Amino acid sequence: MSASILPLTLDNVAYASNGQPIIPGISLAIEAGPSTIILGANGAGKSVLMRLMHGLLAPSAGSVRWNEADPSSVRRRQAMVFQRPVMLRRSAMANVVYALELAGVPAAEREAQALTALQEVGLRHLAHRPARVLSGGEQQRLALARAWALHPEVLFLDEPTASLDPGATREIETVIKAFDAAGTKIVMATHNLGQARRLGDEVLFIHQGRLAERSPVDQFFARPASPEAAAFIKGELPWV
Amino acid sequence: MLSAIAEGLQRVFALDRELWRIVALSLEVSLSAVLLATVLGLPLAAALAVKQFPGRRGVIVILNALMGLPPVVVGLLVYLLLSRAGPLGSLGLLFTPGAMIVAQTLLILPIIASLARQALEDAWREYEEQLRSLGAEGLQAALTLLWDARFSLVTAVLAGLGRASAEVGAVMIVGGNIDGVTRVMTTAIALETSKGDLPLALGLGFVLIAIVLALNTAAQLIKEAAQRRFG
Amino acid sequence: MGLALAAALAGFITVASTTSTEQSGLFRHLLPIFTAKTGIEVRVVAVGTGQALDIGRRGDADVVFVHAKPLEEKFIAEGHGVKRYDVMYNDFVLIGPKSDPARVAGGKDVLAAFRKVKEAGAPFVSRGDKSGTHFAELEIWRLAGIDIARDKGPWYRDTGQGMGPALNTAAAMNAYILADRGTWLSFRNRGELSIAVEGDRRLYNQYGVMLVNPQLHPTVKRDRGQAFVDWLISSDGQAAIAAYKINGEQLFFPNAGH
Repeated sequence: MSASILPLTLDNVAYASNGQPIIPGISLAIEAGPSTIILGANGAGKSVLMRLMHGLLAPSAGSVRWNEADPSSVRRRQAMVFQRPVMLRRSAMANVVYALELAGVPAAEREAQALTALQEVGLRHLAHRPARVLSGGEQQRLALARAWALHPEVLFLDEPTASLDPGATREIETVIKAFDAAGTKIVMATHNLGQARRLGDEVLFIHQGRLAERSPVDQFFARPASPEAAAFIKGELPWV
Repeated sequence: MLSAIAEGLQRVFALDRELWRIVALSLEVSLSAVLLATVLGLPLAAALAVKQFPGRRGVIVILNALMGLPPVVVGLLVYLLLSRAGPLGSLGLLFTPGAMIVAQTLLILPIIASLARQALEDAWREYEEQLRSLGAEGLQAALTLLWDARFSLVTAVLAGLGRASAEVGAVMIVGGNIDGVTRVMTTAIALETSKGDLPLALGLGFVLIAIVLALNTAAQLIKEAAQRRFG
Repeated sequence: MGLALAAALAGFITVASTTSTEQSGLFRHLLPIFTAKTGIEVRVVAVGTGQALDIGRRGDADVVFVHAKPLEEKFIAEGHGVKRYDVMYNDFVLIGPKSDPARVAGGKDVLAAFRKVKEAGAPFVSRGDKSGTHFAELEIWRLAGIDIARDKGPWYRDTGQGMGPALNTAAAMNAYILADRGTWLSFRNRGELSIAVEGDRRLYNQYGVMLVNPQLHPTVKRDRGQAFVDWLISSDGQAAIAAYKINGEQLFFPNAGH
């Protein structure tokens, strides 16, 4: 059993695009254990931060370091689910099998593992349906199955329910909670306060590309320390 | 004009064996060229769509411009290449169907590559993050992209087929329109027109259109059936 | 027995010839006879005379069979051809509209006819494509004492087209045009046109055949090419040429060895 790839350390990480600074500079550490919510308004820089952590973007300054030197090992032990699921033009099961193939799982085991993953998210009965004809909620569950099949240590989720109706949202949240309970480290970006309360253990509040506040979830909502956080919470829930 | 068409079609079908030979050769040449141009053009298109490299924009501009290459110019260049007096003369390809396939491949390669690149670039915009997140890079990602975008790629291939079936300038020069050896539908139509036999030329023209229509219809039906299966 | 001999030779040769010769249908009649006798397949690339000679110069053909004697002799002088043989002649005819604005129909003197066409300013279509027919037309203007390059007017239409398309143009414009008899006989789109002047010796169109020089172009199929040349000028070949008729009319008149 090799060492965990966590903690993930961001050291003065900055990111600019077309000369525009989106993240002026952030330093933080993601530890194993509590599920982490990256909270903030639209345009605060959450998605960019997620992609920097996952490795899809390279920082313009600073460093993103895992507790593991081998990059392909790091790659295999984390996964990401995006706001809009992108499925290949093949069956639901084939999409999961594709991810397993990329991860180096032996051919003989791929189908069985894929079916297990589909079972976990309640999509076993749709295994042979073309993935692209599934509903938005079903595709997102499929994305979760695909991510989970790799048994990642860290699961990044970028606004996974922003495009879904409440019913589908509830299904997704159920799956996420199950993964959390099974030991996967959850790092989820959202602007939805209720979702943050339901799923999160700690909150990292991002404002204009900076880390404005970090605290356990109950404390964050009851006694926000920064004025930006207070304004954000008030803006979303006028009765607080 | 209608009577000319009717007479033409009548005489065309009376040609029987000769007509079949001309049609068969036309299909052999154009379909071979499409196959070759696809095998060469799709990887090129995928590389252009997925990789950033210095000079990429220049390559794309040149490729787009080459779509408008006049067939007769391509024919002339290939002729000079394959002539006994030219650099590749020892291949002995001139005035054979092989030369016609070479010329048509060069003619439609930019079309297939350019249109495929456009389709693949659009697809890559959709797939890039997810594929990279899953650990697919470079060649692996390009292959996945090619297979997933296969329905829009069919359109690019059909455009190439259309151009190849319709052109006469290139195959006339490098093939020589030799009776029984390198005469295809388009060069036969040109010949009959220049002889003043317009009804026969028209008849052949309709057969050509019918064949191209049939090929396109078949491709469309296959595409739709596959889309229903794979989404 | 001839077929056994034929099988021994086999293979094919490439002959560069002219569009007018092919369009007359002569090759469809002639070549199967040669192939049956020798087993050699003959592939004819039919283009304009200038292009046919160019194909020979490049060594892309084994035999050149055209109808432009001065150009053929130049080809030999340049070393691209081995020897030139007369094969046959056909003739040109002056075609004109039935309305005959230049009043030349039925005449026997083509030089006089050309002069009358110019004086009347009657529409005249020229091929203008450096073909054998085009050279013949230019030669007639010259013999008639007319500097056509200088003296042409809007009545003279230089089209740059092959024989068939030029005839189409002449039919559409009701113009005079010099054409080879073979193409005229097979031409279907005559409109108001008919033969105005024929039979003048100056309208004879001589065909010559040459083997492309294997010393200069080593890939030339010398034996098979020579077999074709030899057959064309042999009594068998000459008889086959004479036997070719359209609507009962002989098109080509063999004259090898004359």
